[in-house]
Amino acid sequence: MTGFLLRRVLRALLTIFIVVLAAFLALRTTSDPAIVILGPDAPPAAVAAFHEAWGLDRPLWVQFGSYMSDLLQGQFGKSMLDGQDALSKVTARVAVTLQIMMPALLLGVVTGVGAGIVAALHRGRPLDRIVMLGAVSGFAVPGFVFGLVMVLIFAVNLQWLPSGGNDSWQAMIMPILTLATGWAAILARFTRSAMIEVLDQPYIRTGSAKGLIWREVVMRHALPNAAIPVITMIGFMVGGLLAGAVVIESVFSWPGIGQLIVSSVSSRDVAVVQCVLVLVATTMVVSNMIVDLLYGWLDPRMREAG
Amino acid sequence: MMPADVSMQTAAARPGLRARLPDVPVTVLLSMVWMVLMILVALLAHWLKPYTITEMDLMARLQPPVLMGGSWAHPLGTDQLGRDVLARLIVSIRVSLSLAVSATILGVLFGGIMGLLAAHFRGFVEQLVLILIDVQAALPFIILALSALAFFGNSFLLLVFLLAFYGWERHARVVRGLALAAYGQGYMRAVEQLGAGPGRLYLRHMVPNMGATLVVSATLAFPEVILAGAGLSFLGLGIQPPDTDLGNMVGYGRTYLQTAPWVLLCPAAVIVLTTLAISMLGDWMRDQLDPGQRA
Repeated sequence: MTGFLLRRVLRALLTIFIVVLAAFLALRTTSDPAIVILGPDAPPAAVAAFHEAWGLDRPLWVQFGSYMSDLLQGQFGKSMLDGQDALSKVTARVAVTLQIMMPALLLGVVTGVGAGIVAALHRGRPLDRIVMLGAVSGFAVPGFVFGLVMVLIFAVNLQWLPSGGNDSWQAMIMPILTLATGWAAILARFTRSAMIEVLDQPYIRTGSAKGLIWREVVMRHALPNAAIPVITMIGFMVGGLLAGAVVIESVFSWPGIGQLIVSSVSSRDVAVVQCVLVLVATTMVVSNMIVDLLYGWLDPRMREAG
Repeated sequence: MMPADVSMQTAAARPGLRARLPDVPVTVLLSMVWMVLMILVALLAHWLKPYTITEMDLMARLQPPVLMGGSWAHPLGTDQLGRDVLARLIVSIRVSLSLAVSATILGVLFGGIMGLLAAHFRGFVEQLVLILIDVQAALPFIILALSALAFFGNSFLLLVFLLAFYGWERHARVVRGLALAAYGQGYMRAVEQLGAGPGRLYLRHMVPNMGATLVVSATLAFPEVILAGAGLSFLGLGIQPPDTDLGNMVGYGRTYLQTAPWVLLCPAAVIVLTTLAISMLGDWMRDQLDPGQRA
């Protein structure tokens, strides 16, 4: 178990390092932030001064070395655009994004997993068909289409809800519903197939044969076993929380991290983009790792194998 | 023993598939019809479109479609510049489909090669591929795409490559798993000992055995590639005007949501129906391939 843990952590660290390196190279070698921020007509002296101020005149590997050492001390650098601390700029937006992401994830998980279980228990019957039709449609309708159709109905025609912004709690309703629908659709399909696989196992038949009431069989034997793949899926979703809302944020003009990424990428605000990438990749890697560890805890067979 | 096993599987699947065709669910049949229609539209776009996509009729801007009281001159209405929505829709279908098809093929090829390399060399190469898979999984597609498009500018080719990267790691995982499993089967060792080189070994014997699984894996990834491409264009980062694709039509139609919803709803409906159709086809194909894995 310790060896497994150690290897897992090392690979996670290596992954994050490669992401940081790739982002660094991509951002520093493809264009000059000085030209983008100061404009193409900037006098050479101003460009040189900008380079010196941000250390862009040093060799690339020296820049990367100092960037890494800052990073290891928790320093993400300053925004080249306004000199603000990149980390605080990013975390402020992360908070705004999480305001819609957290409730949406919760709603998506509860409805998706619930619908999947119900569908599996009614396999082949009309209820199953209805749930699956809903799930497949929920997957096929892209978030931005679903969001815009809701805007058309509830904001333009009925005028019940604001079409965007984050001024009131009503503004959160449509983005949350849009995000939750997508997740619920994926989870419903996934949970259903996991449940069906478990329900076909001999131990379920044994459980009912030895006289357990059906609810007991489902609650005590089927659900815990079906939970394992479903938790993996939820882990992926948690890992993708920060980046998952870029398109939806644009639909509802929600001023979260998505908008920050779009604007800082186009203004080549290197420190901010890198900070976002590091945060996003770390969230993803860490949640994947936690899922792996949860596996071992949920399923003793994995523990022995690892 | 093992080779006989494998050939029996394929032999059993062929007549089985044909015999089962009458039992194909209605939804799957409808999906097939829709996809054939889309492919025909994409192939024949140049002859089908009633106008060119840039032809403006400034006297007839934001005309409603026939069903909403418009005229047959513009069956699906016109947009803010008086361009025919039907013509733009037809061309958009062609652009979106060809983008998604080429990206999916490229993704399967790239993922497949990586998976085979990992399974063939094991050791260091395999670890490297696994780390690349981890990196790809840790970098959300949309952020990767945003950065790449902003830094390298925008071109159809770059879009194809970006979308190809979307999901290659899944194909790589599938191929690596299948290849490792194939090594365990007798036929690979038999072919190897008969003196076949790696080229023959892989291309003639292993890849055809993976074919069906790879096609299903690609079909299941295809709708996501369409959605990802549409999402990028919707954000204004994909296909650039005056060219058009489905996502781009929705993105620009958004401004006229209130006054001319058809500009947005027509391409949106095509996106939804197409992803729905391919998802259903993919699910059905997976069930045909492996009844044990019904989802």
